[in-house]
Amino acid sequence: MSTEDLLKTEYKYGFYTDIETEDFPKGLNEEIVAMISRKKDEPQWLLDYRLKAYRHWKTLEHPSWAKLNLPKIDFEDLYYYSAPKKSAKLESLDEIDPELIATFEKLGIPLSEQKRISGVAVDAVFDSVSVGTTYKDELEKVGVIFCSISEAVKNHPELVKKYLGTVVPYSDNYYAALNCAVFSDGSFVYIPKGVKCPLDLSTYFRINAKETGQFERTLVIADEGSYVNYLEGCTAPQRDENQLHAAIVELVAHDDATIKYSTVQNWYAGDKNGKGGIYNFVTKRGNCLGRNSYISWTQVEAGSAITWKYPSCNLIGDNSQGAFYSVALTNNLMQADTGTKMVHIGKNTKSTIISKGISADKSENNYRGLVKIMPSAHNARNYSQCDSMLVGSSCSANTFPYIDVKNPTATVEHEASTTKISEDQMFYLQSRGLDMEKSVSLIVNGFCADVFKTLPLEFAVEAVKLIEMKLENSIG
Amino acid sequence: MKLLEVKNVHARVEEKEILKGLNITINTGEVHAIMGPNGSGKSTLSKVIAGHPSFQLTEGEIQYNINGKLKDLSELEPYERSRQGIFLGFQYPVEIPGVSNLNFLLETYNAACKAQGAPIMEEEEFRIFLKKKLELLEMNDSFLDRSVNTGFSGGEKKKNEILQLLTLNPRLALLDETDSGLDIDALKIVSKGVNSFKSKYNAVVLVTHYQRLLNYIVPDFIHVLYQGRIIKTGGKELALTLEEKGYDWVIKESGMELHP
Repeated sequence: MSTEDLLKTEYKYGFYTDIETEDFPKGLNEEIVAMISRKKDEPQWLLDYRLKAYRHWKTLEHPSWAKLNLPKIDFEDLYYYSAPKKSAKLESLDEIDPELIATFEKLGIPLSEQKRISGVAVDAVFDSVSVGTTYKDELEKVGVIFCSISEAVKNHPELVKKYLGTVVPYSDNYYAALNCAVFSDGSFVYIPKGVKCPLDLSTYFRINAKETGQFERTLVIADEGSYVNYLEGCTAPQRDENQLHAAIVELVAHDDATIKYSTVQNWYAGDKNGKGGIYNFVTKRGNCLGRNSYISWTQVEAGSAITWKYPSCNLIGDNSQGAFYSVALTNNLMQADTGTKMVHIGKNTKSTIISKGISADKSENNYRGLVKIMPSAHNARNYSQCDSMLVGSSCSANTFPYIDVKNPTATVEHEASTTKISEDQMFYLQSRGLDMEKSVSLIVNGFCADVFKTLPLEFAVEAVKLIEMKLENSIG
Repeated sequence: MKLLEVKNVHARVEEKEILKGLNITINTGEVHAIMGPNGSGKSTLSKVIAGHPSFQLTEGEIQYNINGKLKDLSELEPYERSRQGIFLGFQYPVEIPGVSNLNFLLETYNAACKAQGAPIMEEEEFRIFLKKKLELLEMNDSFLDRSVNTGFSGGEKKKNEILQLLTLNPRLALLDETDSGLDIDALKIVSKGVNSFKSKYNAVVLVTHYQRLLNYIVPDFIHVLYQGRIIKTGGKELALTLEEKGYDWVIKESGMELHP
């Protein structure tokens, strides 16, 4: 295989779908915000919310505290809305533009009724809009609402109005404000009282259009005693320009409810010289609102030129629990500043953080995490374990743990380690007939095992493959 | 059949020459024991044959029988040597945290199968395949679900090496101080494993400090290594003499300088 072929195979999702789109003019102002809202036929309260967020965003300075080398982003040079033209009302999934069906099929996400994945309901988001959701009817039978957020605004306005922005307010941070102003689509989930969602729910995000920001918005609500497993996957074409992805994900768990949220993020990461790739700036947060509620974030972050995100939990209900399991892999010139925030507010709240960072080539991989125990959080417990693995000698890994304890009954544990793949391990595995790539991937997968085992099986298999693929070109 | 021929091999680690013109020939069906004082190059020999990257071959040649022909090993990577049937049992088996022993064994087994064009095995079938081997080595099934060598006792690690030996069924087994750190029961079990492996189609090379291993695995040849060269070769009775008299007389007999 020539070097060129090798480079091509490096990112197999790098293709572009040539499809007619409707784009709003470049740049951001109140008119663009209003156009997005009008396009979606939104009620006045949502437009007002967007405008409030936009006006707030205008007053903010771009944050600079992360350990990232981030070029200045020209927000006037971006498209804020891009959608495939034939996205008008569809009666059935089989009416989706065949080009789009083909695109998602190429990504391994069949949408048509005949071919859909068994056991998993999928909402497919293409640039700014959701193009289809599978298994809707089956879910409706048990009262589960799974649809795009735009549909939810139309069909379940009371739920959206009640919860939108309650976990991540528009004033939370720079990119949250931006998202609140211009978010276009994303998924909405509501699990009614006492229902264990019969299928895993999944959203697949695809950025296709050039110079377009994707501002998706996901809202998951688990009512009392309910349970849901939610999975999220992301890819984008290979382009020389950087693209912005600034999403908000809000989770709400009521009494005795469980939300398990898993992400396999494989946005295009740029080439070997750091050209192109996605800027992945995401605010993800869950409120464990009720007693005994549980929220876990599992993330496998293997793509994006820059990843900047901290999936977090506010542990408000007594006895509620939050967990963060993360594998972040960086290679070439990728940068990641990622971690979590666990804010303990209720009594007997518990949180677990397991973070595995792997850096290869010239990449930089940082864990940043906050554990905060509020005065009200009696007997709170936290356990954090942050391990870094270095592959090669030109990469770097850092851990920035912040611990803030305001209640003396708290127990907070933090462990951290940095390892390198040792020559002894490599020789041992090679002397058993495993080649260099297989040896590294086995060691790395072993390193990540604690996190992978929290993923649903099929996702775990995908994650292992993804890590293998990413590391293939970083060894030698 | 000639399996391995080491000809005038000189090898160094960093700037230090350790093997200084070593010769040895190993045929199928044979058991060789390599003995010698500390620092004589015993472990180096087995590592050089297996292709450890820290050791540089500066002179001489190692030939190995591949498909009936003796071929120079220097072109082959360690994993290729393994796939051609060379197995190194480690003195200090390495821990691979998070990787289950079962998964590790299956990966190595299937890698060998693929290289030889043989059908690979699925996990369930493989568990059955391992059952007898585990019983022979008096290992509990739970071994398979633990991480490779992680938190294993010294004896467990060595048994695990023999389990890998039996799984991969190589043509040349180089066992580097497999007996070190074993109590007498574990030594017997490990020896039982090696004896069950031994056949007329393969060869075993035991690197050891102690005669006691050779009570259980009886060698055809004993070689005394000193300063990177074999200075004496004898039959199994040589071990007893060494046990009794030590190495000095062999060194003197060879005309070499004592403890330079």
